Amino acid sequence: MDPKEFTVDPSPHLRDSCTTSRIMLHVIIATVPAMVTSAIFFGWRVLTLIAFCALSAMLWERLIRFVMKRPDTTDDLSAMVTGILLAFNLPVTLPIWMAAIGTFTAIVVVKQLFGGLGQNFANPAIVGRIVLMLSFTGYMTHWVLPEGVDAVSTATPLVTEESYSYIDLFLGRCGGCIGETSKLALLIGGAYLVITRVITLHAPLAFIGTVYLFSAAVGKDPIYQILSGGLMLGAIFMATDYVTTPVTKKGRVVFGIGCGIVTCVIRFWCNAPEGVSYSILLMNIVTPYIDMFTGKKAFGGKYGRDKKEAGK
Amino acid sequence: MRLSGIRLSHFKNTENCETVGLDCPERVIMSMSQHIGAPAEPLVRAGDEVKVGTKIGDADTRMTCPIHASVSGKVEKIGEMLLPNGKTCKTVEILSDGLMTPDPDIAPPVITDKASLAAAVKESGCCGMGGAGFPTHIKLDYDEQKTRIDTLVINAAECEPYITSDYRELMENTDRVIGGMKLVKEVLGIERAVIGIEENKPKAIKLFRERLADEKGFEVLKLRSSYPQGAEKVIAFYATGGRIIGEGELAYDKGVIVLNASTTGFLYDYSQTGMPFVSRRVTVDGDAVGKPGNLRAPIGTPITDLLAACDTDMENVKRLIAGGPMMGISLYDPGLPLLKTNNAFLAFKTPAKKEVQTACIKCGRCIAACPLGLMPAEFERAYDRRDREALNRLKINLCMNCGSCSYVCPAKRPLAEKNQLAKGFAISR
Repeated sequence: MDPKEFTVDPSPHLRDSCTTSRIMLHVIIATVPAMVTSAIFFGWRVLTLIAFCALSAMLWERLIRFVMKRPDTTDDLSAMVTGILLAFNLPVTLPIWMAAIGTFTAIVVVKQLFGGLGQNFANPAIVGRIVLMLSFTGYMTHWVLPEGVDAVSTATPLVTEESYSYIDLFLGRCGGCIGETSKLALLIGGAYLVITRVITLHAPLAFIGTVYLFSAAVGKDPIYQILSGGLMLGAIFMATDYVTTPVTKKGRVVFGIGCGIVTCVIRFWCNAPEGVSYSILLMNIVTPYIDMFTGKKAFGGKYGRDKKEAGK
Repeated sequence: MRLSGIRLSHFKNTENCETVGLDCPERVIMSMSQHIGAPAEPLVRAGDEVKVGTKIGDADTRMTCPIHASVSGKVEKIGEMLLPNGKTCKTVEILSDGLMTPDPDIAPPVITDKASLAAAVKESGCCGMGGAGFPTHIKLDYDEQKTRIDTLVINAAECEPYITSDYRELMENTDRVIGGMKLVKEVLGIERAVIGIEENKPKAIKLFRERLADEKGFEVLKLRSSYPQGAEKVIAFYATGGRIIGEGELAYDKGVIVLNASTTGFLYDYSQTGMPFVSRRVTVDGDAVGKPGNLRAPIGTPITDLLAACDTDMENVKRLIAGGPMMGISLYDPGLPLLKTNNAFLAFKTPAKKEVQTACIKCGRCIAACPLGLMPAEFERAYDRRDREALNRLKINLCMNCGSCSYVCPAKRPLAEKNQLAKGFAISR
């Protein structure tokens, strides 16, 4: 018989078609409704800022990978997702060069210096936002009224406390960051992510549910609390980031509850109007510990005492 | 409680292909290692005449099944062969005389109780026909004083894509399978016999529901189509309402015996005729196969003969898999023989794809997919840093290599492969 050239590989010989870049593409698609509503309410500059953040994030990633002599990874689209999500956390009036500092912090400092995709301990977009917030507090809290009335300063719903109607908050007719105002658009994006099985509902439901219960318990209007600020954006797009949140369902519930409690404590008692980003950052930091205590027990596995008994 | 599983495309192209008997091959190569356990030693020498069913290999070890000639003819030589798993084993090559004369000494075994059943099963050379090939007599070798078996589970899940050999057994040899169920159930005094069939085989479920409707103590369990439903621990869990076969335990420790459907059918035939395990049904499929189908062939038939019988375009075969696409093993040589454990051969025109690996993004898909609740991503990290203690704490020993983790991984990491390496590393010194 002629020697045949067969190719061999270890099992399984079938692989799912889902890839990292496809997951990132799904996330990008899920952000589109929020982009569109934001552009409608805040004007065209929203799109410019989002595009700038997405492109600059990819550019930073390409540059730092080049400098570090590592293979380019921009084709996995994770940098673009980070850029878009950072833009979602910015007010529409923010100068472009400040946004570039934000994407630099997110991509170079938080993500690539820690080893790139999969190795960062904190959500890059969240840290980017926090750095900008602390550096340029004035610019980062300069809110405008929606519907194209440029440069008329206003306050976010969390500062003014209960001056907006639920429906305005839900649709996004309120002051705030680009991506956080329209809860409807965020929920549509979240539903898309759930349907495409990119995210599970564990962390978002635990997060939002905790804020609801906590607010009700301390006498705040719970519906107003869950509809205002960056809660929906954080719960749907940030608390579900794979890399910086726990890997098991149980862990994700713990993560969501922790985020909810920290958010409420900051909102109600700290000298800051919004706590979503700090809460997610704090919980990112404790994620390895959550993972440690919420690991799965193997089916039929014998641990500790069972094992000794089995050995008898 | 529901165990995790993954949804796969079924590709059951051959489900309506009736079994075709293969013409007597010119020669057969009987491997002395057909399944897990110690290999057998040849009992014949070059030049000996053998008949169908003549014992040609055996060993005294507990985990070994004897091996019988699958054709009549003359032993050409005792050779050696490199198995796909990288081990070498002895072979007995038999030149067929084309007559398929059965050995005159073959007679139905006398089966009266558990001991005689287990002895007869061992003599028959029977091992599990579902793929893993666990020697069947070991499953029956429990201590009656300590263990009471109350459930017999017949595994007809056939959860791997492509393979339909068990399904054809159910459809064509319904009486044989039911006969085998009754045999084991009655001899061992088991109250309940359950046959588990995946819901993608509605005809088989209906057929067995009808045939077993009036029988007392028989049940048909419809299983969700989810891979790996046919894993022993998984099917035993569902068939018994949640019994968990733990670490270091066999099914009988939990009062269960799990037998593959084709194995059950074989046991019945053997009890009637005494003809040992010398042939089996095998699915031949894949895009390089002109006429995919199910063949009944003598054990030891070269795979090239099987592929040729199904009009395979051998020039364009780039990949050959023994077994299903999830757990099957890649072959590099089509001249290897059919083993007792081979339920399918898949020949593809597409070469094995080298997946581009990217970084783990901690998405947790592998953890959600593992039917045994293991954490493949953690195994990978622990193995990469050669952390034996962590691997043992994470229960690497329980991994059954079903491949679900690799299948779902979006970063295309070779998790199942690493698990196998890690398993070896964890027990090494």
